[in-house]
Amino acid sequence: MKYLDEYRDAGLAGKLAEQIRRTATRPAALMEICGGQTHSIVKYGLDELLPREVELVHGPGCPVCVTPLEMLDRAHAIARRPEVIFCSFGDMLRVPGSRGDLFQIKAEGGDVRVVYSPLDCLKLARAHPDRQVVFFAVGFETTAPANAMAVWQARAQGLANFSVLVSHVLVPPAITGILESPNNRVQAFLGPGHVCAVMGWREYEPLAARYRVPVVITGFEPVDLLEGILMAVRQLAQGRAEVENQYARAVTREGNPEAQRRMFQVFETCDRAWRGIGVIPESGYRLRPEFQEFDAGRRFEVESIRPEEPEACISGLVLQGVKKPHDCPAFAKECTPQTPLGATMVSAEGACAAYYNYGRHLVRHAE
Amino acid sequence: MCLAVPGKIVEVRESSGVRMATIDFGGIRREACLEYVPEAGEGDYVMVHVGFAISRVDADEAARTLELLREMDQLAEAGPEEPGGPDEVP
Amino acid sequence: MPNDFTLSCPPPFTPRKTVVLGHGSGGKLSAQLIREIFLPAFDNPWLRKLDDQAVISIDGGRIAFTTDAFVVTPLFFPGGDIGELAVNGTVNDLAMSGARPVCLSAAFILEEGFPLEDLARVTQSMARAAAAAGVAIATGDTKVVNKGSADRMFVTTAGIGVVPEGVEISASNARPGDRVLLSGTIGDHGMAVMSRREGLEFDGAILSDTAPLDRLVEAMLAAGEIHALRDPTRGGLGTSLCEMAAASKVGVEIDARLIPVREEVRAACELLGLDPLFVANEGKLVSFVRAEDAGAVLAAMRQRPEGREAAIIGEAVAAHPGMVLMKTEIGGTRVVDLPFGEQLPRIC
Repeated sequence: MKYLDEYRDAGLAGKLAEQIRRTATRPAALMEICGGQTHSIVKYGLDELLPREVELVHGPGCPVCVTPLEMLDRAHAIARRPEVIFCSFGDMLRVPGSRGDLFQIKAEGGDVRVVYSPLDCLKLARAHPDRQVVFFAVGFETTAPANAMAVWQARAQGLANFSVLVSHVLVPPAITGILESPNNRVQAFLGPGHVCAVMGWREYEPLAARYRVPVVITGFEPVDLLEGILMAVRQLAQGRAEVENQYARAVTREGNPEAQRRMFQVFETCDRAWRGIGVIPESGYRLRPEFQEFDAGRRFEVESIRPEEPEACISGLVLQGVKKPHDCPAFAKECTPQTPLGATMVSAEGACAAYYNYGRHLVRHAE
Repeated sequence: MCLAVPGKIVEVRESSGVRMATIDFGGIRREACLEYVPEAGEGDYVMVHVGFAISRVDADEAARTLELLREMDQLAEAGPEEPGGPDEVP
Repeated sequence: MPNDFTLSCPPPFTPRKTVVLGHGSGGKLSAQLIREIFLPAFDNPWLRKLDDQAVISIDGGRIAFTTDAFVVTPLFFPGGDIGELAVNGTVNDLAMSGARPVCLSAAFILEEGFPLEDLARVTQSMARAAAAAGVAIATGDTKVVNKGSADRMFVTTAGIGVVPEGVEISASNARPGDRVLLSGTIGDHGMAVMSRREGLEFDGAILSDTAPLDRLVEAMLAAGEIHALRDPTRGGLGTSLCEMAAASKVGVEIDARLIPVREEVRAACELLGLDPLFVANEGKLVSFVRAEDAGAVLAAMRQRPEGREAAIIGEAVAAHPGMVLMKTEIGGTRVVDLPFGEQLPRIC
């Protein structure tokens, strides 16, 4: 496929790795923000090409992992209702709430459907006027324009039986949170390429300046990631702390103005709880007051949910990049994708699951 | 959460007031919404995420960066042979 | 900023009390069902081998015996239908023991209201597939259930075949040094069916690869010493390799660059965030072959239409028994592990 295959070239990857080796003379901890990047790194075994000096720390960029338990329980309560067709991206089906996951609800008779696009939910709503179609609108800034368009269209088409349960999260406040943490050891960031395709990178400039930390907006293919790592390592070697753009074929400084315009017509920023991290101010989106008729949280009275989160695993520390998945004593023992103890093991994009699926041999070597 | 795949716009149309397109992804075709890429037209490549084109692929920029990488490739050619190249399984 | 880093975590996952779709996916949940429910109840030496068929000695001869159930949505998909799938799937389960398939049974569970025209279409397709594979559908049964109690039609088959003398094939017979041979492209069937599934539809020239493999196996047996065979159906190539590595207690090392995947299948997998390694096939086999014979067996496979794109994709090793490692496109290494359940489109 054009624009993918070129960036999976073994020769280029090898040479980039060689350049990284020459440039990285001191230990450097780099965090890739996005779960999609984590997935690629482990799927292609990129860690192995890197010199010992470069350590990749996996970031909180997995919306599935960071969706709080309370929100999951709310979603599950709505999905159990007989009049509801509950639509979700495939990733969310396996995430356990306090009482099972969406698969379990489906097995118990709930009408749970996987959708590829939020617009598919509108089709469902039109096809089933007697049912309530609810879409679980999760995701980062990348997904917000699509979810905003679904709400916008629903209003334009007068679809009264469509609503969304919004649990959107934003990247820059999470980066700030990581940098403010006393545990922080991240020296440079690989910025989330597709988030920035929508948002541009302007909002990362003050972060880079204030915290003296390089940010390289990076794509998702092996060559992209290696080039992003090289650019970050080079900045560190030269004592620079700037925002640079590796992913120039898809990202501009301003981002996508049309997408931003529609997003901000429909959503406004709000405080949001991140699973494993806690409440981060101004770190999420919710529906604007004029779209509240489409808020599934209001439409369906759900009893107040106060889930208890037992302290079992270290997913919070993994999400913050303080610990690696295999630092956890439960990793690949009690905690596997089949019996996840934490959200980072549930989602395919979660650092623990990515390590489990693709990188366990590294853990063995390390032991 | 950010799986976006490059595809080529093969046909643009209006569907209930929304600009939609058929996108070709390496031989398979799917519909995507073009509302956010008004500058993109037939023949352009766009990055598609959950059924929405979120950016137009800048072909010049892509060619330029690949060219730079390949030049670096040649510069590095002089260096020692590195692991990571094709390693045939017998 | 987040001043209260409450390092909280979801509660431990309680074991499932009911059947979920993942139990039928061929992944870890399926394996758990077999290990915890079926094996303890039925325990016997044939079943314990966990092969796709049982090889039973009767009066000095050896009979391969298998059964399979078919539920597919939609019933008719690009490149095939449930009937063709049922016949080829059963023939292939027999062939994976090296057996020459002889005859099949077919039982139909039909939902009230199912069009007779569709039933006739499926039946004719089964007849054609049986003729092509040289087997007879020798016996059958029909049951009808209330509307809503089944999804249109389910087909259950059984099959028997004769294992030639000297042939010893089992998923547990792979040995270190064996070469891993794959008969062609992976993921075609799964993505063909996916392309017609509600909500995920896409257009493209992806056809199911459903085909009988008994003659391919016959040609392979004539060319060299085959230790293990599997047809990587649901769960895909990755699952079959993991199962064979575990059953044979060998490590397996494969190279991603040597595994043929059709361009459209690769593209569809990119789009939905799926891994072709775990997508279903219905006309492919993966085999562990004695190293000295690998070249001759490969040549024999490529002589046949269903093995034209056959390739040697790796080898069995004594290191890391039970674990499958794959060299990636860019020269890294990753673990190939059993998927835990149904592969979900990783759309986001």
